[in-house]
Amino acid sequence: MPSRRSFLTMAAGLAAAGAAGPALAQFRVEISGVGATQVPIAVNRFRDEDRAPQAIAPIVRADLERSGVFRIVDANATLDETGSPSFSEWRGKGADALAAGSLTRLADGRFDVRFKLWDVVKGADLVGQSSAVPAADLRLAAHRIADTIYERLTGEKGVFSTRIAYVSKAGANRYQLRVADADGEGGQVALSSVEPIISPSWSPDGKQLAYVSFESRKAVVYTQDVATGMRRPVANFRGSNSAPAWSPDGQSLAVTLSREGGSQLFVMSRDGSNVRRLTTSQAIDTEPVFAPDGRTLYFVSDRGGGPQVYRIPVGGGAVERVTFLGAYNVSPAISPDGKTLAFISRSGNAFRLHVQDASPGGTARALTDTTDDEHPSFAPNGRLIMYATRAQGREVLMTTTLDGKIKARLASAAADVREPVWGPFGR
Amino acid sequence: MTSARSTLRLAALAAALALAGCSSTKLDTPPPVEDRSQGGAGAAGATDANAGRAGQSGVTSVDLTKNNSMADDGGSNVVYFDFDSFVVKDEFRPVVEANARRLTSDRKRHLTVEGHTDERGSSEYNLALGQKRAEAVAKSMQLLGANESQIESVSFGKERPAVEGHDEAAWAKNRRAEIVAR
Repeated sequence: MPSRRSFLTMAAGLAAAGAAGPALAQFRVEISGVGATQVPIAVNRFRDEDRAPQAIAPIVRADLERSGVFRIVDANATLDETGSPSFSEWRGKGADALAAGSLTRLADGRFDVRFKLWDVVKGADLVGQSSAVPAADLRLAAHRIADTIYERLTGEKGVFSTRIAYVSKAGANRYQLRVADADGEGGQVALSSVEPIISPSWSPDGKQLAYVSFESRKAVVYTQDVATGMRRPVANFRGSNSAPAWSPDGQSLAVTLSREGGSQLFVMSRDGSNVRRLTTSQAIDTEPVFAPDGRTLYFVSDRGGGPQVYRIPVGGGAVERVTFLGAYNVSPAISPDGKTLAFISRSGNAFRLHVQDASPGGTARALTDTTDDEHPSFAPNGRLIMYATRAQGREVLMTTTLDGKIKARLASAAADVREPVWGPFGR
Repeated sequence: MTSARSTLRLAALAAALALAGCSSTKLDTPPPVEDRSQGGAGAAGATDANAGRAGQSGVTSVDLTKNNSMADDGGSNVVYFDFDSFVVKDEFRPVVEANARRLTSDRKRHLTVEGHTDERGSSEYNLALGQKRAEAVAKSMQLLGANESQIESVSFGKERPAVEGHDEAAWAKNRRAEIVAR
């Protein structure tokens, strides 16, 4: 059964449309850019969603638009999943696909969420679903609908129901490690501190976060169970302990320790035992990140003079330099398929997000034209990169497609937000 | 800070946590928090000013940032660095000498060197650079006779700027190592 994007007719003229404006003020989604080919989709408001604590269609629209794959066509008809849409009418509005549904309060207080997706061009049903959820899960239900639409039309898994973690800073003494939906909404506090928190890292099963806390006035690595809040220090040696990175099998952590002088890479069991030194340079070696096959560690080293991205076999061995653009490259992130490296490259006073092949000497491309980019993190489907940057004097989180064409600014409260990490599939 | 006030703050925090959706871990009553409030009248003043705005979030009312008055007295315990550098320049030799003397004159004394950077670049690379700055100052004191065991070198990277600002004037004030007694 065909389910690729090419399944739907795409008019080249769609690209001529201006940049999509803010999808909906209430969600503070700001999307900029135009993709070369985008699928025009109409997401009609869901019947009775205005009477529910949380409307579904606006979240679905914002998700699909942020992916860069879709262009939202206005839709405000009287239509739900049981209807028979007039396909010629929807074709006339420029839609290739149409989604509609309903939101009904059940006797037990939960909500029955139903939707259907149609191929307007072919005039046929594509998929329909229903689920009963408590009010607290309405946002998640909307994200799951967006995932279903995305998967049905692109053939790839959607990331809309995944989570992110990030650090927010309000004033000089208020730091929070927060867990939110991938659109930045629904943030919950995992940790509050008067001292800085940096470098959060998701365990591969999405159940734990490792991070660096300065609560004892030095850098110490902790792991914390997200659901229960149980936490433990796993690296608290003399000097600074930082940059935790989970191995893909979830059993090990790579960390940067200064316990033997300088900043060097070590690998240890997830509980902090079995500490083994991995790098032995006189330089700074830090920011480790595992390749998805778990066999190679990418990291930052200034052994060549300035910081560059290198890689080393996890079991030890030859260190190989990977980045060659300019004199300062930091913050590596590897795509889930292991093929693409994202990193921050400095040119003058501008720090900018770049991508290149993960193997040495690939050609690097800038993805932004901002000047204070930090901390890239790939979505688990490899199609988006989340990063932190500065806009209008505030620290904000952004997502970008890998070609740099579609960018979205994530919802956030007034605080400065930074250090985003995208969680895995499955919640 | 009186224990009554801190108990009240903890109660407010417990109430806030009870309302939170997922388990929210508050770093409550770590002994160091209590110890460091001895920062003096200045710290207490900042505490009160913040308490009204903070509402239920008691943590904001404890100001730990300037717990070492010695660092504020004209810089006799601060070494400043050039961009991307961890070289201890000659003009800071008096700072190194004075602190080395504090350690050689009393072998039971300990000092911590806290390295910092300006805001440019990644948090982790800057943490490592701050660590290098701290270790360079520590090494300088060791060369003047201090024992390695009397000094711990730590880094805050770019997380604790002395001066907020996005220009070279601010950055220069943040590229530093502070020698503190903890």
